[in-house]
Amino acid sequence: MKIVVAIKQVPDTATQVKIGGDPKAIDTAGITWIVSPYDEFAIEEALRLKEKRGQGEVIAVSLGPDRVKEALRSALAMGCDRAIHLNDPAWANADTLATAQALAAVIKQEQPALVLCGRQAIDDDMGAVGAQLAEVLGWPCASWIMEEAVDADAKSVRVGRQVEGGLEVFDLPLPAVLSAQKGLNEPRYPTLKGIMGAKKKEIKDVKAGDLGLTPAAPQVAVKNLEALPARPPGRVIQGEIKDAVKELVRALREDAKAI
Amino acid sequence: MEKFRGVDYYGIETLLSEDERMIRDAVRDWVEAEFIPIVPEHHRAGTFPIALIPKLGELGVFGATLKGYGCAGLSSVAYGLIMQELERGDSGLRSCASVQSGLVMYPIYAYGSDAQKDRWLPVLATGETVGCFGLTEPDHGSDPGGMKTRAVKKGDAYVLNGTKLWITNGSIADVAVVWAKTEDGEIRGFLVEKGTPGFSTLDIHGKFSMRASITSELAFQDCRIPLDNLLPNVQGLRGPLGCLNQARYGIAWGAVGALMACYDWALQYAQQRVQFGKPIGSFQLVQQKLVWMLNEITKAQLLVLQLGRLKDAGTVRPQQVSLAKMNNVQAALDGARMARDILGAAGIVDEHPVIRHMLNLETVNTYEGTHDIHTLIVGRDVTGLDAFGAA
Repeated sequence: MKIVVAIKQVPDTATQVKIGGDPKAIDTAGITWIVSPYDEFAIEEALRLKEKRGQGEVIAVSLGPDRVKEALRSALAMGCDRAIHLNDPAWANADTLATAQALAAVIKQEQPALVLCGRQAIDDDMGAVGAQLAEVLGWPCASWIMEEAVDADAKSVRVGRQVEGGLEVFDLPLPAVLSAQKGLNEPRYPTLKGIMGAKKKEIKDVKAGDLGLTPAAPQVAVKNLEALPARPPGRVIQGEIKDAVKELVRALREDAKAI
Repeated sequence: MEKFRGVDYYGIETLLSEDERMIRDAVRDWVEAEFIPIVPEHHRAGTFPIALIPKLGELGVFGATLKGYGCAGLSSVAYGLIMQELERGDSGLRSCASVQSGLVMYPIYAYGSDAQKDRWLPVLATGETVGCFGLTEPDHGSDPGGMKTRAVKKGDAYVLNGTKLWITNGSIADVAVVWAKTEDGEIRGFLVEKGTPGFSTLDIHGKFSMRASITSELAFQDCRIPLDNLLPNVQGLRGPLGCLNQARYGIAWGAVGALMACYDWALQYAQQRVQFGKPIGSFQLVQQKLVWMLNEITKAQLLVLQLGRLKDAGTVRPQQVSLAKMNNVQAALDGARMARDILGAAGIVDEHPVIRHMLNLETVNTYEGTHDIHTLIVGRDVTGLDAFGAA
């Protein structure tokens, strides 16, 4: 069973994000880059599927600049068999649709039985690529999955997806696109042998032209980024308790409109 | 406090290869997730999280530089970075890995027979089997050549008698690498399995340092071990000293990890803790301490990196390892004390990792060759005059 995992490289969760000189982008100086955590669930699930079935291939795909190779290398260190890097300045401003189109083109070439991705990337939190990818491919899609079971002949998959207060269970014919929710599994650590082995695995560079694509101008463009306003200082109400309580209630009702 | 993200004032990152960085980060993440949350309770209880040993094996930490036998075959620099990250967690965690790798797997690999290697190295690599190293004795620490433990050949066995002290993982070890003198007065290495009649262990309690680590005494009383358990390919003090050279190398890196942990914590604390209406980090005396620590970290990092490159090139000399062990551990100990000072009263409780590191480093300063002994090793090297030898 061939599985493609679509991943995104994002700033480390502990990053203190600063807006760059160009207010349309963040300042990337000094940022540590990681594989988006939801994508790690997707990688882990793909590896488990392969291990459970005793055969198959797991291919990690990512779109982005040169630094994205490191994220792909991490996926290979975890156990993916090979990687494809959609690496072309033509995709520099790719929005979610252009990203989905690029992924779809490479997935059509690979013809996997299943595509896994995270439910959203933790940088811009769009959560759109998985569903758009399925739409471009014309494949069924289930998002935010908490469990999956591919049938014995890899013709369909039963998934449980998280909804308020419970699980929704679906059967999807394969090929399909699934996006992973936290709780699907516990991702493994790349082992040191895995890291050394990853050096020998292939990361194939693919340009837009190789896929016969000319990325269109993005439909969604960032106009401006603004930092959250600084939190105003708290207010201490002085005076007799009796009066202070009255003032507190008044302030909560009239100023804060909280009660 | 914010998540630890390393200390790199001089862009030393760029001197590492991509896989060295990935290995460091993998171990850093592992320590953060698996070890940091549980170490305070183990430190309080004076226990080691034994359940983590097979997990360390799965990660690939044990014998990481060895080739074959399920080991990762890493560079010495990558191994050093692993030690740094483990000791960022706790010196006891690094000690466990140091002993298993440098003091148990290394001598079996370097001095053992093929049968010994095949039997022990794969299971030591996975952590299913734990090893310990018995060299130090109650009356012979810095002077191991004077050891009293004897191995006398009688029929189809060596008979061991003697006591080894300050043995990390002694009581949980399945196999002990024990150094003893044979009848001809030569020091030889022996593999002693747990449960061999005449072999017993006792844990040392009351430690104020290295509390999250098992430290034991090994006692051998007419303990008969098969002739095949002799390590065939080494004799003399160079056997155990060769092992210690591996472990000391790891300590030189590990100390940097402990110091980085203390510095990172003290820096954040100094930026947050307000006295006299401003963060204590704005006071000159506090800045002086922080800068001293950063300076020592930077120098120590460059020292071990070059030491590792020499080791990978096969040109490193034991005296160079001594210099790095001596310098980096002293810097870490002094820096940990400064960090403790910056934390004020908070510095004495285990809610903060600093005093744990500070106390651990007292052990690290002493074991695997004390600071003073390493000073004299380098002193002998540069003067050609031996401070230990008879007049």
